[in-house]
Amino acid sequence: MESPRRLHLKTLILIFIMVLAGPLGNVLLGKGMKHVGAVRLWPPAELLHVFIRVFTAGTIWLGVGSLLVFFAAYMIVLSWADYSYVQPASSISYVVVALLASAWLGEFVPPLRWAGIAVICIGVFLVGHTHPSTTENG
Amino acid sequence: MFEFILLMFFIVVFGTVGEIFVSRAMKENGEVKNFRPVALIGVILRALRVKWMWLGVGMMAIGFFSLLAVFSFANVSFVVPVTALSYVVGAVGGSFFLGERVNVQRWIGILLVCAGVVLVLIGRR
Repeated sequence: MESPRRLHLKTLILIFIMVLAGPLGNVLLGKGMKHVGAVRLWPPAELLHVFIRVFTAGTIWLGVGSLLVFFAAYMIVLSWADYSYVQPASSISYVVVALLASAWLGEFVPPLRWAGIAVICIGVFLVGHTHPSTTENG
Repeated sequence: MFEFILLMFFIVVFGTVGEIFVSRAMKENGEVKNFRPVALIGVILRALRVKWMWLGVGMMAIGFFSLLAVFSFANVSFVVPVTALSYVVGAVGGSFFLGERVNVQRWIGILLVCAGVVLVLIGRR
């Protein structure tokens, strides 16, 4: 049997990895896709061209790699912690993604957007302070 | 604008429902206790035997390509907070599909997240 304290620490470490790798992946994808150019869903032939450009972009692959690290940490933590605990707890990454996007991609983040992100984080704080698992495991 | 709304719908709904399916598959597998790489590969291989895993990964793939498409014309710092709408889908799905109890405190938090997303949308220039 594992103590709740240890289980909690294990959960926090994996969420920390998710919070770093997820935003980094998103920002890398954003950087890569801006380079690829605006995607049109129609006609299909255009979509094929975009597909080729997307999969030959190094930045996109770096982003995918970063998201795979995120996804691995996510899947592992989901094996013992509740989905409706892990997803909200990891959403501090919205702040990280906005910081990275403004600092690295030079995106202008309007005050109202920062306010929105802050409100999202307060919501996350409330959600994150509940017990990690409410369903019976195994 | 239509493309933006359609793609955001794919990202939020397919991404979240896909994650719920993956969560279900991982729970069927049992808790991960061994973090050595070989053991983790075993966990992934066992997970692939669960049909929920395939459904989940397929839906998440649709969500992922929609995200790529949106990133091609919208700012990362705008798109990513809007994807927080998946909290609504996640809480509803988690309570109905996985039998997770979502208490009042969690619901209040989820409502605040919604309010935050509204602010981000209003703040779009």
